[in-house]
Amino acid sequence: MLTDTRPLLEVEEVSKTFPGVKALDRMRLSLRHGEVLALVGENGAGKSTLMKLLSGIHRPDTGRFFLDGAPLRPTGPRHAQEMGIGIIHQEFNLLPDLTVAQNIFIGREPRRAGFLLDRRALDARARELIGRLGLPLDPHRRVGGLTVAQQQMVEIAKALSHDPRVLIMDEPTAALNDAEVRTLHQLIRRFVRPETGVIYISHRMAELTSLCDRITVIRDGQYVATMETAQTRVRDVIAKMVGREIGTGTRPRPAPAAREPLLTVSGLSTRTLLRDVGFALYPGEILGFAGLMGAGRTEVARALIGADPVTSGTVTLRGRPVRIRNPADAARHRIGYLSEDRKRLGLLPEDGVDTNIALGALRERFARFGFVRDRAVGERAAELVSALHVATPSLDRPVRHLSGGNQQKVVLAKWLAKDCDVLVFDEPTRGIDVAAKEEIYRLLDTLAQQGKALVMISSDLPEVLRMAHRVLVMAEGHITAELTAAEATQENVMHYATLRPGRPGTRPAPSPASDPAGTPEAGTR
Amino acid sequence: MTAETAPASPPDGSAPPDGSAPPRTAHGGTLRGRLQQLLALGGLVVICVVFAVADPIFLSYGNITSVLFATVVIGTLALGATFVIISGGIDLSVGTGMALCAVVAGVLITDMGLPIAVGVLGTLLFGALLGFVNGCNVSVLGLPPFIATLAMMLVAGGLALVVSGSAPIYFDSTAYTDISTGSIVPGTDFPNAVLILAAVALLAGVTLSRTVLGRYTYALGSNEEATALSGVDVRKWKIVVYTLAGLFTGLAGILISARLGSAQPATGMGYELQAIAAVVIGGTSLNGGKGSIGGTVIGALIISVLNNGLQVLAVPQEWQNVILGSVIVVAVWADLARKRSIR
Repeated sequence: MLTDTRPLLEVEEVSKTFPGVKALDRMRLSLRHGEVLALVGENGAGKSTLMKLLSGIHRPDTGRFFLDGAPLRPTGPRHAQEMGIGIIHQEFNLLPDLTVAQNIFIGREPRRAGFLLDRRALDARARELIGRLGLPLDPHRRVGGLTVAQQQMVEIAKALSHDPRVLIMDEPTAALNDAEVRTLHQLIRRFVRPETGVIYISHRMAELTSLCDRITVIRDGQYVATMETAQTRVRDVIAKMVGREIGTGTRPRPAPAAREPLLTVSGLSTRTLLRDVGFALYPGEILGFAGLMGAGRTEVARALIGADPVTSGTVTLRGRPVRIRNPADAARHRIGYLSEDRKRLGLLPEDGVDTNIALGALRERFARFGFVRDRAVGERAAELVSALHVATPSLDRPVRHLSGGNQQKVVLAKWLAKDCDVLVFDEPTRGIDVAAKEEIYRLLDTLAQQGKALVMISSDLPEVLRMAHRVLVMAEGHITAELTAAEATQENVMHYATLRPGRPGTRPAPSPASDPAGTPEAGTR
Repeated sequence: MTAETAPASPPDGSAPPDGSAPPRTAHGGTLRGRLQQLLALGGLVVICVVFAVADPIFLSYGNITSVLFATVVIGTLALGATFVIISGGIDLSVGTGMALCAVVAGVLITDMGLPIAVGVLGTLLFGALLGFVNGCNVSVLGLPPFIATLAMMLVAGGLALVVSGSAPIYFDSTAYTDISTGSIVPGTDFPNAVLILAAVALLAGVTLSRTVLGRYTYALGSNEEATALSGVDVRKWKIVVYTLAGLFTGLAGILISARLGSAQPATGMGYELQAIAAVVIGGTSLNGGKGSIGGTVIGALIISVLNNGLQVLAVPQEWQNVILGSVIVVAVWADLARKRSIR
């Protein structure tokens, strides 16, 4: 085998465009034999698209993949597996009511006489595999009753049962504790032999440096750089990850001198993720929430408006404690939530622009004796449509026909019609083109100047830095830092966003100037 | 129906000319909504023409009256079902619920000797109570509507037998039976029941298209989660929708028992499916969010016209359901095909 000259897996100039988004732009990547390669990038950098192409869920528009120098054209997940590409997605694909053994061999069950399931052979094969991998798993256990770490092991066993050449793991440690992470890393090291390789996607800088040989950074669908872990410092990786230019003069104008907070949240916890989240929100300010996917930003918003149950937490509004049990309560208190998932959670897609705008305030503003005042609805909708420049051919146009930016404006108009004081924007510009983004930014600014209190949750860090007067950084359900606009740099935010909080000493005071603490200067392999 | 023409609208997603206020058609009178009704209406007309050609008796005053009279019970139940289905739910309990309400009317009026007005009011309230229980089971307990109302279907059917002792309860007073069979139109025998159906259909139509309740009914079926996140108390409004359906069930119980002169406790099963069929033929989507009272009325008429016409043509009873089933398939498929072509 020509194992030394050719890379094990090569991604050559691969591009992929989805409607409105260039997800991958001449992406390159090269995995050597016997190495663990870290793939890092911000949310939306193109990692999941690349995985989808490699697993054959989508086809690249242009560009090619090579496995050991031979062209690789996966036509679907099953084919990719047969070709030797094993992928473990962040979201598990397990059937909770089946056993460990049944899950591992799903679709390939050993049979007798062609149609009878051979349970004994199934268990024997599962036991052999689990033993070979050295996993502490019982093949008879129901997967639904396992811990997340054990479920991950089942996924790994499933992937390795195909004897893959290349194993790709997407954020495998997102839900694991330190001991479990160590077990996982041992397993990965055992898997890596000269004829195999691992692509390891993670946001956790510390674990990359201890596990991976090289680090490839991608950004905005493009290849940025590949670095030898041994000669790289964490801050360099972060700098390459975020390295986007931010336009000058785009710092938020200072918020008006804060008087009383409009809204105070303290001790907010949920069963699953949030731990002791607290913050204050002042009228006239935009409070940014930054953090990586799954850090809990959306969960804070949903817990605040009563959409998800909380285990503890108090909310004070205009100096008075309030209980918000459901979104109807929140709306009554004039707190509006603009969901990240507009189509599913923000709009009635088949209904008209006017109906959508009037929905939230129908009873209090647009009805008399239970009858809808269609004229009032039409007038207010027309006002808001022209004020927000919603491009729609008519007021009763079903909103699903509108573009993403215009849909977002309709959702915003709905809350303006309700006259909310607190507006929580969750990913307000996701899936929106650049021009529409600028308009949304202007609207947010205007609303803040009018004295409304705005929360802005966004994965687009430059956007948060540009808009927010203060930035709260979240990691794993905790608030890890509160930064002023001046302190909030991309490097700083990314540092606090990649912390593993929840242990003593990891809840730092903001110290923007110092080198990120607790991140080892890499390279011990 | 106004014949307001839609403006020559630009293709999807394109921006309007700058600064111009977007035009607006009357709510509920969107082109799509009208098409939906036109389709069903066209079907009704075609069926009528076929029967009329096959046998001119079909168009006689007597026959038309009897078709309309036969539409009353299914039509009333279907009005309530329209609300439930547009809200994204389903109500299987309206058939046996109607039988139970008829029995309750019998108990109140015949057994207890209460004045007819009181008995009618009590029956309507009882129907609303059945719907309220359905609504609570769906909304508070979180049962799937299919299960909650299936359970109610069994409970109501059983209670009808228990309360009546499995025997019909007869109404002696013609004042009660006149609710259905009498005629307030001077000099004719045009049944009151048809007029009542027309009146409540109008009421239901106005409620659905002009009131907050109606708007929320559509919103619930269109996107319940988004509606909740918009600050609408979806639990409460769901209960209201089912309660309204229960009110129609009560009314249907009065109309059917007044027509028969008796409350028949063992009947009712099967009416719920006919009501749902009428709603669906009328273009209301079982996925919720879309539909109209006009469509439902036409759907109910199609069902009774088919039953009547096939009888006039002496098609054997057993073939009538075969044909009705096929009509449902054709109607819903045509509706789907039309939507796909619009998309």
